[in-house]
Amino acid sequence: MQLTEKHQEYWSKTLRLTAVLLAIWFIVTYVVGFYARELSFNFFGWPFAFYMGAQGSLIIYILIIWYYSRTMNKLDQEFGVAEAEDD
Amino acid sequence: MATLDSHDFEAKSQKAFTAQLKKVYGFYTGGFIVFCILLGIAEQMGLSRAMMGYVFLAATVLLYAGIGIMSRTNDADEYYVAGRRVPALFNGMATGADWMSAASFIGMAGGLYIQGYGGLAFIMGWTGGYCLVALFLAPFLRKFGQFTIPDFLGARYGGSSARFIGVLIAILCSFTYVVAQIFGVGLITTRLTGVSFELGVFLGLAGILVCSFLGGMKAVTWTQVAQYIILIIAYMIPVVWLSVKQTGFPIPQLVYGQQLMKVTELEKKLTADPKEIEVRQIFKDRAAAANEKLKDVSASYAADKAAAEKDGTIDKFAKDEDTYKKGLDRAKAGAARANPPAPHATSFPGKDEAAQNRARKNFLALVFCLMVGTAALPHILMRFYTTPSVKEARSSVTWSLFFIFLLYFSAPALAVLVKFVMYNDIVGSSFASLPAWVANWTKVDPTLLSIVDINKDGIVQLAEISIGADIVVLATPEIAGLPYVVSGMVAAGGLAAALSTADGLLLTMANALSHDVYYKMIDPSAPVSRRVTLSKSMLLVVAVLAALVAQQKPADILFLVSAAFSFAAAGFFPALVLGIFWKRATGIAACLGMLAGVGVTFWYMINNQVWLREVFFGIPRSVPTAPTEWFEISAISAGVFGVPLGFAVIIIVSLITPAPNRQVQELVESVRYPDLKLAK
Repeated sequence: MQLTEKHQEYWSKTLRLTAVLLAIWFIVTYVVGFYARELSFNFFGWPFAFYMGAQGSLIIYILIIWYYSRTMNKLDQEFGVAEAEDD
Repeated sequence: MATLDSHDFEAKSQKAFTAQLKKVYGFYTGGFIVFCILLGIAEQMGLSRAMMGYVFLAATVLLYAGIGIMSRTNDADEYYVAGRRVPALFNGMATGADWMSAASFIGMAGGLYIQGYGGLAFIMGWTGGYCLVALFLAPFLRKFGQFTIPDFLGARYGGSSARFIGVLIAILCSFTYVVAQIFGVGLITTRLTGVSFELGVFLGLAGILVCSFLGGMKAVTWTQVAQYIILIIAYMIPVVWLSVKQTGFPIPQLVYGQQLMKVTELEKKLTADPKEIEVRQIFKDRAAAANEKLKDVSASYAADKAAAEKDGTIDKFAKDEDTYKKGLDRAKAGAARANPPAPHATSFPGKDEAAQNRARKNFLALVFCLMVGTAALPHILMRFYTTPSVKEARSSVTWSLFFIFLLYFSAPALAVLVKFVMYNDIVGSSFASLPAWVANWTKVDPTLLSIVDINKDGIVQLAEISIGADIVVLATPEIAGLPYVVSGMVAAGGLAAALSTADGLLLTMANALSHDVYYKMIDPSAPVSRRVTLSKSMLLVVAVLAALVAQQKPADILFLVSAAFSFAAAGFFPALVLGIFWKRATGIAACLGMLAGVGVTFWYMINNQVWLREVFFGIPRSVPTAPTEWFEISAISAGVFGVPLGFAVIIIVSLITPAPNRQVQELVESVRYPDLKLAK
């Protein structure tokens, strides 16, 4: 049994997507968190760092997961590794 | 709820099943709202508060029991993974309830009230972890498609030792966590009905068992969906109402920025207020005096007693030296109240740059531990075995985080709104005109709320208010001026949060023992019925053990919860992620890595956490922990050392041991593709 080239490509695309989304996750969490004191400018009535911790980062987390799930489901179809539909 | 019956299902497609579920839970939500409205009418007609507490407790527990009985099963697939046909949306709700414990529901808004920005570590940590679940674990574990997390470790790292270490870690973190949940269940039952704490624990336990015992994962899943609906309604109504009262706008999450600004203004005013400074000075003086007397307790006890006899106040004086010393300790601890209010919106407050940097470091370390721990707690990962497909597993993570987000982005709003009431309405009012809820809660438990006129001026100063975190959520309905039925609903919501998490945790432990230890390691020929029966009896044993530990009221609940996250993070995360993403990771390396990760985490905790240090080494709590800490990281974030060590050990040992065999490599390949059609 051997993985085809197409399979290899699917996996490297998966890894690339994972890396990009993980980088966004890291910036939102740790870079913004590290510079929280400097980032306290007014953001629609909130101090920016507080807003990010209380709401902004959460919304970005949901978008990351939503985008991953959407892109991967499409990728499955494109590379013919999607599961058979039940109905 | 006949739709949940397995025979009925066989005939229908997944789509019809989902549609049916939506209908059932739609009616259920409507029913719950009607039930609350009817109770509200009964309240107006004179139903007593105690009676209402009983009705709420009985109605919700009976409901969960009813779902448990209707979903009873002895089938292995049904019992362990709910038949693998839970649609993404509903798995999201169940995961949300499984995830949000008493700590999230009751403790979090209170923690934010007290810590301000520092409390956001929990908000970010407990949501951002789902990114790791989605990207690294959920779809791959679903493709693997067995029953437990040790199952994966056993298959991937070839053999019983990896599986056995997995079982040990699963039990270590789940047990630490479940003790905290049962403690919470006991507290809420006591509040709701007035029974003793010990009895409350066992009443709550009955509620947990009646559901998970009969139907395993299947019953737990459908109960958790029902519990999610109750807890989110119960959380939202008071926050929205409070927001309407304060800002005239019903979506607090959008508008509490302006309230936060007002709170910041009030903080500045209160820091400079001469009356506040006067009260803070009194606390400072008292603490200093107590400190002086504590140097020789016996002598000062004798002197103070003689003085009390002389001026005729001996009746009120401490009866023995021990009581006297406790009073002094309390006065000394009062030094904390001599500080001006901590700024709510400022990141990492501290008196100098070193203190600020330490606060930042610990904030980021805690976020890291909570995130990685989220992505490694077996009772959460197990939920992604229950979806019908890999595709559904992926979108179910999105739904999970969405449903969790609804509560988590409301908690900081609630904290700010309640703080505004405290700073604006309560502070500065006269003691004679305090609202009724203040007296009510002071009577329930003075550690939750007590206001004493320290400087005897008849006006409330902020420094005169002592507040416990839990009150923020519990008292919100009364602060907002809502009828008592909403308070009952909030308590029922807290109970739902604690029960659903406890259900998931107990099931994880029982399955690890019956499925992994008994079936996979002791008797692989055991028939299905015996495995399920064994799992049920294990559930009973673990539940009773946890209740017995919870009754001892272990010192520090928040620490227990955070410890569970650090253990899971250091134990499971490196082995699981490398197992999927790196074919070269070997069995022996994974075993050593898991042990090293948990080992160093545990070692760091018992050396640097005052309570554990006292238990293990008999070092008194007053000895500072700073000298033994690494990089000034406090014990609550011990996982920050365990996780990198776990990764390092697995990588290094893997490189010096022979690569895994072909079979294992094929397993890794198969979990990476939802459907792998290979040319032979």
